Amino acid sequence: MTVMRTRQAVIAALNDELESDPNVFLMGEDIGAGGGPFKATEGLFDKFGPERVIDTPISEMAFLGAGVGAAAMGMRPVVEMMFVEFIGVALDQLNTQAAFFRYLSRGSYQVPLTIRSAAGAGLGFGCQHSQILDQWFRGNSGISLVIPSDPQSMYGLLRSAIRSNDPVVVLEHKALYGERGDVITGEAGIVPIGQAKLVTEGKDLTIVAIGSTVLTAKAALESQSSWSADIIDLRTLIPWDKKMVLESVAKTGRLVVVEESSFSGGWGTEITSHVVSTLWGDLKSPPHRITAPDAPVPYAQNLEERYLPSSSYVVAQIDELLKTGKCPAPWWGDKK
Amino acid sequence: MITSLARRKELATSLGRLERMLEIRAVEESIQKLYNDGHVRGSTHLANGQEAVSVGIASVIRPTDVVTCTYRGHAAALALGVTPEGVLGEICGRVIGCAGGIGGSMHLMDASVGLMPTFAIIGAGLPVAAGVALAAKLKKTDDVAVTIFGDGSTNIGAFHETLNMASIFKLPVVFVIENNLYGEYTRINLSTPISDLADRADSYAMRKEIVDGQDLDAVMKSISSAVDFARAGNGPTLIEAKTYRYSGHSRSDPATYRTPGELDEWKLRDPLDISAARLIASGDLNLATLGELKERIAQRVEKAISTVLASDSPSLDALLEHVVESSK
Repeated sequence: MTVMRTRQAVIAALNDELESDPNVFLMGEDIGAGGGPFKATEGLFDKFGPERVIDTPISEMAFLGAGVGAAAMGMRPVVEMMFVEFIGVALDQLNTQAAFFRYLSRGSYQVPLTIRSAAGAGLGFGCQHSQILDQWFRGNSGISLVIPSDPQSMYGLLRSAIRSNDPVVVLEHKALYGERGDVITGEAGIVPIGQAKLVTEGKDLTIVAIGSTVLTAKAALESQSSWSADIIDLRTLIPWDKKMVLESVAKTGRLVVVEESSFSGGWGTEITSHVVSTLWGDLKSPPHRITAPDAPVPYAQNLEERYLPSSSYVVAQIDELLKTGKCPAPWWGDKK
Repeated sequence: MITSLARRKELATSLGRLERMLEIRAVEESIQKLYNDGHVRGSTHLANGQEAVSVGIASVIRPTDVVTCTYRGHAAALALGVTPEGVLGEICGRVIGCAGGIGGSMHLMDASVGLMPTFAIIGAGLPVAAGVALAAKLKKTDDVAVTIFGDGSTNIGAFHETLNMASIFKLPVVFVIENNLYGEYTRINLSTPISDLADRADSYAMRKEIVDGQDLDAVMKSISSAVDFARAGNGPTLIEAKTYRYSGHSRSDPATYRTPGELDEWKLRDPLDISAARLIASGDLNLATLGELKERIAQRVEKAISTVLASDSPSLDALLEHVVESSK
């Protein structure tokens, strides 16, 4: 076990897969000699050379698509799309090409492609470099989506993604790159795709979170003593761990989802819908979603802090839910 | 049934190549009737008039080379070796189709002869071909990637990004533009400020060539030199094959926008006629044997249609198979 920052866990996972499989290679903008804007590939170019760590032109369609083609030929490309918004420039190659290659070829070709992107708000990058954008990949057959929340899940999920025989998107929350944590490396440190983690055990409610909101939920729980909660770190959004969520909510009777996404169309709609459909009658209160508002991510620090669900906001929302048995209105009001 | 790989070998002779071009024409001409009879759904995009380009490519490359092609892919699929049953079966959505009826006309494929599922998004096949070439380069094989696309694709970002990247990485890929003068319903002069699309290679310091797309021998020569260049590690080539499609963009397009007389003028330079005339001149063919050949192909296509129409629709299981690895 080693203490690492999350970005170092990225480097460790990439390093270990590059060492263990000669078909693995990295490709992206400024990842080689530059080590990446978040230093998440630092040192790998020097160690593995320009054929395994390839700097590309600023041509997202070309190099993401090249990842698809190389993967279909048996390579295991790890393509870095510097910020998740940049995937928009090349979304066809992911959602329409990579995602359907296996299906259209009836399994003759498979696409073991990993796409890494820095995502999420909190660091003052402005609205075009701060979105989480998980919605671009949801509802789309053929690809998986993982969002690690700490150095261990970053290491373990990234290695699983690279080993997957289907395309996997890894959204790396940029506000978490500097967070430290214990990491078990090697086979024992691998985190399977599709498996959530029970972070805390409690009795009053189940809090489902992913990525940055796992930290928010933990801080909320620790800041008060009037209720206890199962906090579930989903870790994988596609396919999400229905079993763990349902078992927990069956026990606690209450579900709160904490999302960094906008209210409308956020991933929590999928979770709450499924829980209501499955556990209708066993719930003690309506499932509740705590989200960001339907607005772009603002730049000014006070606004960005308000945009993201804070731990004190989560506590206030849960307190009201437990007191009234009804979903509280969000801070921006309940405009119907 | 004969395998795709065995059919590929039939392109080794000039007669075999003419036969394949005639077969492509006959298969495509059968599609309208299949549609009228209710066997074809959605849209189809014919390549009649452009047969020499596909057959020229397929005659020159190896089965281990990989081809990405657009949704105008019937000719490429048949040329590379897919059987008429495989192509027509796919167009009719039957299990005998080359993708089991899952893909349809726009998504033909056969990995045994290097045909990736054809791409129904303009420009999408170019980056993927670059990736195939990158894999060949990293694995140090001497296989090449060939990507076939229309003149319309040369105005999309993926074309420019991929040419640039392929050039700086010296990737073993051959870019083949089938310049049939129309991007969907729009004539090239209205969409593109240059008439020789191969010139776009200049911006990327890439080898380029313009070839008469109606002349099979010229196409073969051009592709062959580009493929040799790529295999030797020298990088990509942009080839512009000047050609013409006799049909509209898709089945719903009557092509009323053509310049008057243009179609008739191009038909005077029909690629099948040019090849046949050359074989007659060399004594390898006469009008009687050409007639017999056409008759044999007509019977083959008729038989393929009967086989296709006797083939089942895909089972419901197929809908959920191969979505991801675990769905099998």
